[in-house]
Amino acid sequence: MPPPKNRVGLLVTCLVDLMRPVVGFAAVKLLEDAGCTVEVPRQSCCGQPAFNSGDRATARALAEQVIATFESYDYVVVPSGSCGGQVRVHYPELFHGDPNWHPRAERFAAKTYELISFLTNVLGVSNITARYAGTATYHDSCSSLREMGVQAQPRRLLAGVEGLTLAELPDADVCCGFGGTFCVKYPEISNAIVNKKAEAVAATGADTLLAGDLGCLMNIAGKLQRNGRHLAVRHVAEVLAGMADGPAIGEPEPKRAAP
Amino acid sequence: MTLTSPQFKYNARAALADAQLQRALSKGLGFVERRRLAAERLPEFESLRDAARDIKSHTLAHLDLYLEAYEARVTAAGGKLHYAVTAKEARTVVLDICRSASARTVTKGKTMIAEEIGLNDFFEQNGIQPVETDLGEYLIQIRHEMPSHIIAPAIHLNKDQVEADFRRVHTHLPKDRNLDEPATLLAEARGVLRERFLAADVGITGANFLVAETGTSIIVTNEGNGDLTQTLPKVHIVLASIEKLVPTLEDVSTLLRVLARSATGQDMSVYTTLSTGPRRPDDPDGPSEYHVVILDNGRSSMLGGEFADILRCIRCGACMNYCPVFNAVGGHAYGWVYPGPMGAVLTPALIGVDKGGHLPNASMFCGRCEEVCPVRIPLPRMMRAWREREFERHLTPAAVRGGLKFWAFFAKRPALYGLATALASRVLWLFGRGSGRFRRLPFAIGWTRHRDFPAPQGATFQAQWRRRRR
Repeated sequence: MPPPKNRVGLLVTCLVDLMRPVVGFAAVKLLEDAGCTVEVPRQSCCGQPAFNSGDRATARALAEQVIATFESYDYVVVPSGSCGGQVRVHYPELFHGDPNWHPRAERFAAKTYELISFLTNVLGVSNITARYAGTATYHDSCSSLREMGVQAQPRRLLAGVEGLTLAELPDADVCCGFGGTFCVKYPEISNAIVNKKAEAVAATGADTLLAGDLGCLMNIAGKLQRNGRHLAVRHVAEVLAGMADGPAIGEPEPKRAAP
Repeated sequence: MTLTSPQFKYNARAALADAQLQRALSKGLGFVERRRLAAERLPEFESLRDAARDIKSHTLAHLDLYLEAYEARVTAAGGKLHYAVTAKEARTVVLDICRSASARTVTKGKTMIAEEIGLNDFFEQNGIQPVETDLGEYLIQIRHEMPSHIIAPAIHLNKDQVEADFRRVHTHLPKDRNLDEPATLLAEARGVLRERFLAADVGITGANFLVAETGTSIIVTNEGNGDLTQTLPKVHIVLASIEKLVPTLEDVSTLLRVLARSATGQDMSVYTTLSTGPRRPDDPDGPSEYHVVILDNGRSSMLGGEFADILRCIRCGACMNYCPVFNAVGGHAYGWVYPGPMGAVLTPALIGVDKGGHLPNASMFCGRCEEVCPVRIPLPRMMRAWREREFERHLTPAAVRGGLKFWAFFAKRPALYGLATALASRVLWLFGRGSGRFRRLPFAIGWTRHRDFPAPQGATFQAQWRRRRR
């Protein structure tokens, strides 16, 4: 049943905006198919890199900017558990004790959702029409899993994709070693962790790796490719929206003119 | 044993290159799976975690009262309580007690506080022979190492290393003895330690809990070494820190129900040993003197502050068992006594964030530690709080600060940000579209040394969106 109000502001995330616009268009399609009106106000970043680096002043400034930009929408939807978690869990924390901003941040957090769980939990989407030929495995990003409660929802929707077989990934709930700036601050440790993840992914025998966060996907894709493993790595929204016909993450484009 | 936390990066690289350590880490002890099963077997496990958290929080909020009550009970039972503000004071108090007992050898049950104050080295400098009686602690003692895990101190070692160490140290035993099996190694350790138990003048144990209601100290072990350490010598010293206080025995029983399950997946540790005061006239055994040395070492200044929640920690080790970083580099890389997520929060508080700053930074904030902590300590939140302290004090590396400043300049100006990212994505796309990815990027060496970096798809999402929709 569609909700009475469904004007959605898409917080596209800086990674999707810069690196993989198709995830943004997939999110728009899924939301529009479910009856939402989607708008994309001009935006930059939720501020998580500053927040996790201890730069609270910058984190606050960016949080205020995001709240001011998006708070007129009925819902704010994010194709990422990590940025979603930043808004939903950490914005209220960031404004703790501020009589003006804290209530605003709380109200804002309450209407901000990770894309897939928004589709299932709020819009009641239980089935989508999409085809994908292949065997996919799914990695649970830490923030999606632990901050946004996303675990069964993407698997349930993927089960309805025609032609797709889901192979469970052992230790799917263990971090891939990305951790934002962690991966460049402690590259050797990050490498050891993502190597374990990439080999576990390869061992499933799947031809496709899916997840709901572009940071993790870029990290695991990069390691799979460096290890010579040939899997297509995609955001789960691409498959659910039927927009998985272009090159996967880190794969070359077929020859054609620049967009 | 020196502090090497400031060289965490170097330690981590060495650990990752240590094939034997990597084998030991990947083998592990199965704690993760066992904890999961133990939690599943107990329907009230989650509510017990809440109760455990509340007991510890309550105690910390009224710690002065419980300390007073505890001291009164210890004194009434014939014991003596010594309050040590610093590590140095604690060492001095312990040494004075040992000297007045004319002690030459001291047996020790497992105590992390002794590690924290560097007691073994101090004893040796002062002519007293300390003997660790926990098998893991004994192993690291004869290797002159620090524990690499708070409940499995020798988890980084394999059987062959133990055999070599035993042959090196136990020179009084026949050279041709067979030490092929874990059981024979264990039997040898048991034999060696048994003599030490009987010869010791003073026994030192840590405490998992100090009970204000009764003046009792409680330790849990799986080897029973705590019992022998505290009942055989004529002097028993309990060495513990202030946050081990709990109000009642009933509270202890709640905490015990989450402790072993979180640690090893056992319902209970094999031995739970309670001691209250020295031997009474009609007791069959026990020490004639009973001392409790309570260490503060900066903890009381954490009460009521941003890092107070770490004082709830009951030292189960679940956070490190579940930590991908700990599992990658092991405990020694952390460079001091407390490794893993709880160490990443506690260590900077005890040694200073200027020395321990790497530890709270070496985290992806994946949140597994907080998810399993039996007393629900918000470990990632406090690691972030340390990063904030570093940032305020300009301890954050200049490259990180500079990078953040540059990025923030654009991020705070969305229109300019749009132009800059449009340009960046275009350039990366132009250079990367051939192969779809980069094997090397000059500004992202940390990334591309180990993995490929994908090329962007062309124009940014926002640029494409505005073109399409307007």
